[in-house]
Amino acid sequence: MKNSLNRTIPNNGFLPYMGAFERIKANQRLCIPEVVSTNVDKLRQSIDVLFDEIPIVNGMTLSFHHHLRNGDYVLNMVTEVIKKRNLKNITIAPSAIFPIHAPLVELIEKENITKIYTNYMNGPVADAVSKGKLKELLVMDSHGGRPRAIESGELSIDVAFIAVPASDAFGNGNGIYGKSACGALGYAIADVKYAKNKIVITDYLVDKLDYIEIDGKYIDYVVKVDTIGDAKGIISGTTKPTKDPVQLKIAKDTAKLIEDLGYIKDGMSFQTGAGGTSLAVAEEMKKRMLNKHIKGSFASGGITSFLVEMQHLGLFERLYDVQCFDLEAVESYKSNPNHIPMNSSKYGNPYEVDPIVNQLDIVILGATEIDTSFNVNVTTDSHGRIIGGSGGHSDTAAGAKLTVITTNLIKSRMPIIKRNVTTITTPGETVDCVVTERGIAINPKRVDLLEKVKNTSLNIVTIDELLEIAHNITGVPNDIKSSDNMIGVIKYRDGSVIDTLYQMKGD
Amino acid sequence: MRRSLLFIPSNSPAMLQNADIFAADAIIFDLEDAVAITEKDAARILLDQYLNKFSLNQTEVIIRINSIDSEFGFDDLNKIVSDQIDTIMLPKASKEDLYILNEYLTKIELNKLLNKKIQVIPIIELASSIINLKEIASAPRVNGLLLGAEDLSTDLEVVRTEQGIEIQYARSVVVMYAKAFKIDAIDTPYINTKDEVGLVKDAQFASSLGMNAKACIHPNQIEVVNTVFSPSLKDVDHAKKVMMAYEQAQKEGKGAFSVDGKMVDKPIIERAKLLIKKAEKWGV
Repeated sequence: MKNSLNRTIPNNGFLPYMGAFERIKANQRLCIPEVVSTNVDKLRQSIDVLFDEIPIVNGMTLSFHHHLRNGDYVLNMVTEVIKKRNLKNITIAPSAIFPIHAPLVELIEKENITKIYTNYMNGPVADAVSKGKLKELLVMDSHGGRPRAIESGELSIDVAFIAVPASDAFGNGNGIYGKSACGALGYAIADVKYAKNKIVITDYLVDKLDYIEIDGKYIDYVVKVDTIGDAKGIISGTTKPTKDPVQLKIAKDTAKLIEDLGYIKDGMSFQTGAGGTSLAVAEEMKKRMLNKHIKGSFASGGITSFLVEMQHLGLFERLYDVQCFDLEAVESYKSNPNHIPMNSSKYGNPYEVDPIVNQLDIVILGATEIDTSFNVNVTTDSHGRIIGGSGGHSDTAAGAKLTVITTNLIKSRMPIIKRNVTTITTPGETVDCVVTERGIAINPKRVDLLEKVKNTSLNIVTIDELLEIAHNITGVPNDIKSSDNMIGVIKYRDGSVIDTLYQMKGD
Repeated sequence: MRRSLLFIPSNSPAMLQNADIFAADAIIFDLEDAVAITEKDAARILLDQYLNKFSLNQTEVIIRINSIDSEFGFDDLNKIVSDQIDTIMLPKASKEDLYILNEYLTKIELNKLLNKKIQVIPIIELASSIINLKEIASAPRVNGLLLGAEDLSTDLEVVRTEQGIEIQYARSVVVMYAKAFKIDAIDTPYINTKDEVGLVKDAQFASSLGMNAKACIHPNQIEVVNTVFSPSLKDVDHAKKVMMAYEQAQKEGKGAFSVDGKMVDKPIIERAKLLIKKAEKWGV
């Protein structure tokens, strides 16, 4: 079966992508009832005993959040019990998977774990899946699509393991206290509300908390362990703006573009990621906002120390935080009343009344590949190896008034602009501008933007011209063929399938 | 007319690939100090391939060759001189070297049937170059003088300082001879590539002495240098006002006239013309 982007998708029970907004406009929000716990005595000695008590058996679906990112120990703890008990056909649904989760590979190979739902994966597990080792299809949702899938019952979770840095015995908890404090816990909230069984795993059990993000009324069990992870592992990308001259040029041109398009104004809202180029864009935006005495309304997403600093300078009234990207952001979240948590549904669920992504004026995003229809790949490399995933990419692109992709035109001798991307993560109809070191392409459907840049000094080119410039330097690379073996699907935020993942050839 | 001249090592494919994206007025492809002796031939071949493949459009292409009394200087010229380049930068320049270079370039131009005359920028980095500035600045093909303060300091046996007192005479005298012979006075690079504030101060000081351009050793320096050596909007507006008043005075047959209460004479008109020309060239 083909979807509207002419990508082949599996026939068995998947909905084809029809356009960025068609299904959302046509459908109503579906919500299964929230699952409130009736347990009173919740403390248990170990994760292991709960496998007997619940019980956790072959074929179940277990979920996890990724707020401890590459410092998370909880998924591996549960993996160890699955291995010990030799459970089979387990589905796991972590909101993201990192290199630290390498122990999963053995369980995938031995078919203890046969299915995975996630929003982002890199490292050994991603490599194993890319090589076709997962028995069933990998399902990759976006950060906004995941809570939609959970609340609608599409992703039915038997047991949610919630790593919580500080908890009381009733399961009330937060991410701001304890040795593993990682900040906001926004990705866990849908699991907490809708999973059939919920287990808080904590390493800091207290009598009482003055701030509650995880509501104990939903929690069935609390297990105290020595440590849930290494909070230093939450650091995402780099914490300083790039000094690379090419990326700095891209960042400066991006900020100039945004200014020339008239988006730097009082009340503006803004999102960008971690990583050197993203932070360099934020740095340039900061300069321009300070020069013009601009006060924005909010910055959102994963929050970095850089955005915290901008808020402290008065450049934004509020920060909306779904996860903290560094420990300075955790500290700010703890002490600053205008540093506000948002759960992943409020962040990007397309069926929320007014998700934060829809309130965004500007979002700056990256790309592994982008094609001449402005479709963006942030899921695989050009060989089809899984190296990431949407996260909030497709959610923010769909919601923001101005979506800007920043990328080097050429990386490691390969052009980033393609005729067709290997994998579509974000549809081109939601992407407005592509900024490279050799020119800026604006999506022709944004006639309004093209009109505004007419008399500026910006180097505006078409996306086809960018492709030609790249090919003049690199030559035209041969297409890399993948195998015909489907290994996964990329779900768009509305639940439809935007693209299919194939096993890498030769693996 | 130049403001910024960016040094790029000729043995780095990644840097060559992006040489033209930073808005430098000129790129100096370096075959001398940036390239180890063991890589001279490889750098020369790579640069030649690059120049034949890439179009640098309006950006001036300058090649810093090895000195012509080294074993590499003439090989550099034989390989690299073509219609793809504009200018040869000659290190440790002397009047004798410039004479030899001129003769040799003439031969190459004839042999290769070039469609252009290659220009020369001597680097003033020896005390002997300073005392021979008149001959150097007036030598054939020379259209700019680059002060090389690091080597000059070594020659003078002085320590290079942030303030640059030790090179103040050299800066001034380079400006004097450059202006006397209507060629570019190009200031020495600022070597602390991480200190933008220091770069601004250094460039502004050089500009105040009369330098009209500055060499850059990192792409991140170009924006500052272009800004400092471009006319300000205020100066451009004033120059336009002077030229309008001048045209009006011409129509009315007046010899003397004033702008904003100040008398305008020929040097002010000439300066206004040059400033407007620069502003047009650089899109101020």
